[in-house]
Amino acid sequence: MGSWIHLVFWLLFAAGLWAARGRTVFWPLLALGLLLLFNELFTPGFFALEVRGGHLYGTRIDILNEGAKIMLLGLGLTLVIATGGVDLSVGATMAIAGAVAAQALVAAHLSPGLAILAALVAAALAGAWNGLLVAVLRIPPIVATLILMVAGRGIAQLITGGQIITFADPVLGYLGNGWFLGLPFTLTVVLLAFGLTALLTRRTALGLFIEAIGESETASRYTGLPARTVKFFVYVFSGVCAGVAGLIAAGNIHSADANHAGLYLELDAIIAAVVGGTSLAGGRFYLAGALVGALLMQTLTTTLYALNVSADVATVPKALVILAACLLQSPQFRARLTRRKSPGAA
Amino acid sequence: MSLPVLEARGITKRFAGVTALDGVDFNARAGEVHALMGENGAGKSTLIKVLTGAYARDEGTVRVGGEPIAPRCTGDAEAAGIATVYQEVNLIPDLSVAENIGLGRQPLRWGCIHWRAVRDRARRALARLGLTLDVDQPLSTCSIAVQQLVAVARALDVSARVLILDEPTSSLDEREVGELFAVIRRLRADGMAIVLVTHFLDQVYAISDRITVLRNGRLVGEFAAADLPRLELVSHMLGRPCDELPAAGRAAASLPPPGAPLLAVRDFGRKNVLRPLDLHVHAGEVLGLAGLLGSGRTELARLLFGIDRPDCGEMKVAGHLTKIRSPGASLRLRFGFTPEDRKTQALLPNLSVRENLIVALQVRRGLWRRVPRAEQDQLTARFIQALGIKASGPEQAIKHLSGGNQQKVLLARWLATEPRLLILDEPTRGIDVGAQADLERLLAELRAQGLALIFISSEISELVRNSQRIIVLRDHAKVAELAGGEVEESTVMRAIADEGGAPPPHG
Repeated sequence: MGSWIHLVFWLLFAAGLWAARGRTVFWPLLALGLLLLFNELFTPGFFALEVRGGHLYGTRIDILNEGAKIMLLGLGLTLVIATGGVDLSVGATMAIAGAVAAQALVAAHLSPGLAILAALVAAALAGAWNGLLVAVLRIPPIVATLILMVAGRGIAQLITGGQIITFADPVLGYLGNGWFLGLPFTLTVVLLAFGLTALLTRRTALGLFIEAIGESETASRYTGLPARTVKFFVYVFSGVCAGVAGLIAAGNIHSADANHAGLYLELDAIIAAVVGGTSLAGGRFYLAGALVGALLMQTLTTTLYALNVSADVATVPKALVILAACLLQSPQFRARLTRRKSPGAA
Repeated sequence: MSLPVLEARGITKRFAGVTALDGVDFNARAGEVHALMGENGAGKSTLIKVLTGAYARDEGTVRVGGEPIAPRCTGDAEAAGIATVYQEVNLIPDLSVAENIGLGRQPLRWGCIHWRAVRDRARRALARLGLTLDVDQPLSTCSIAVQQLVAVARALDVSARVLILDEPTSSLDEREVGELFAVIRRLRADGMAIVLVTHFLDQVYAISDRITVLRNGRLVGEFAAADLPRLELVSHMLGRPCDELPAAGRAAASLPPPGAPLLAVRDFGRKNVLRPLDLHVHAGEVLGLAGLLGSGRTELARLLFGIDRPDCGEMKVAGHLTKIRSPGASLRLRFGFTPEDRKTQALLPNLSVRENLIVALQVRRGLWRRVPRAEQDQLTARFIQALGIKASGPEQAIKHLSGGNQQKVLLARWLATEPRLLILDEPTRGIDVGAQADLERLLAELRAQGLALIFISSEISELVRNSQRIIVLRDHAKVAELAGGEVEESTVMRAIADEGGAPPPHG
């Protein structure tokens, strides 16, 4: 395959970095670029790209496709984290959504549209449960969402009767495996979700309210801001994002696997949001940063897979890259780097 | 006069160039209750922290029983015989009474905690205060007053000669204060030297033998309580001689405008927070709230704005009976409130000047009707110009502004909502003189525009300069309402001190 594709790719990436300069998303993007560069140099076949039957194939495409789930979870988590909370239950919620969709198709013989709707409603209810615990009952988010993280897979097991439910529905299959404009359809879903989230938060006052609550819930309440309602909403939103990710996971393998769907993905998604620039203390949030963070996480996973690093020890290099990305993002660390450099230059 | 058990000489403490304590002397004698008085920032808590080893002093000497000590941590001070009970009960609610008393100094037997000894010791410590409690019950099942007494017992469980009580009564009701005072009297009779920090004048006179007043980090003086009239104490604390106060010299107090008041409350209060009181404020009027710190000013403001809920009384807004259940409801009535604690209760530190400024307006418009960016920019530019806010630009994070400029932005936050009533709790605290003058000018302008203002300040001169009427609070109750010619510093101070001359409350 011609090297012009590489050239175009890197030119585009450089242009993206240039456009992001001075913005928070620059640093995770830089980290992603460095990781991709490493692959370009050391991982054989990583950058191969080919067109088969009008579809693009290649490791980069796999990363985009596989990363879709983390990106979706990351969008929801970004809003939750911006309020100063966290949602550990998104992986379990994915399992619930997949189980509901599968049973709606297989046991209840519903149309795929209704099955998708049922799954999303179930995911929204899971989010509402978290919202109830955190916003109304004032349970610390990490504890409140841990409950569903633990219980969620059990609920999914109850729904599937402890079995892996397989289905042959083409609509859900398309959601998980389809192609659109030569690219995996999941990418379209992510872009739609990103666009909708951006519109919802930046075209209404929701974004400001979320950031205000994350900055200081007391000050927000004293300003008359409906902090409880907003906090409740972000958990419901996070649940729905997890529901979509769960549908993709189920569609991808034409079955609902309550034990493995979305397993540990909540951790990748939290890191994606944080690497993307949103502070775990709450406040400013960065949706595009979360997408880049998710891609960084997925690239890392895929890289280690391609390098035949055993899954048992893959966590170590993964942790190192995460640490580097977090340090790059920390203003204190960057200030220290430049401070150390300047006396040397002088 | 007995020799002091605790003798501090020339204590000086500086923080990053600011002198918090400047050569302060302080004595505590056996068998005496010694009250430490002063307004906010006078240096009381700094002095306490130096004595208890929480801060290292920069200069001066501290002797206990004649021996010089230099505590590096609270444990050192305890070992030297200085026991302290802090304002917030510093105990662990889920542990038992005995565990709380014994924590950190558990008697051991064969390397394990000797539980029977822990319990016995706790019982003995409580008996010394005249208390019998089930020492196995969790502390959280005791009332706040008993928890306070357990804290005293814990403090005294070491062989203490000096007991420091930092605001011990602020969360107690009258009966509980009585119980605590009974214990204090008992300890005094046993020969303990007791240091009491409190804002409640009545309590100071009820129990103290001696009073030391600090102001701005300096020692004003040490007085025998019996020889110090209240008014003199207040004037020492505020730093204004009461007989030299100018009688007039300010714009004549105009009469409140006619018509129904914008806000009127009757029998308005909350148990343990504020005794029921009446209050009204008209459009085009500044109502001042005077009183020492902890007198109930802030509590009243919070009740009026719906942050806390009153449990008695009624409220009328522009003549209509109204219930305010939340700050959101107040906002819809076009009320505004700038809290006393700017940092934790008002600022959104990392957000921009613009966002901090428009947030209340946005809340009133609602979630879906976002204030268009052009309007946000225009509002921000307008208020930056009108209030003379010094910022590098509308997008600068508000945490980088000076205190005065932050306060101006927070005022603008409410002004942008075009309020009918503004409640300002200590708006000039911690801001420079220039900004203070700006704020006072703004207050007059807003009043002229027909706003109703409730203005809380510890600076009596500032209150008198800017208010048409003043309500004086003391010990969580309204004690006077001054209008017209009565609005002058000496009258306000007399009312605060409760020494003749204060007219009876209206109505």
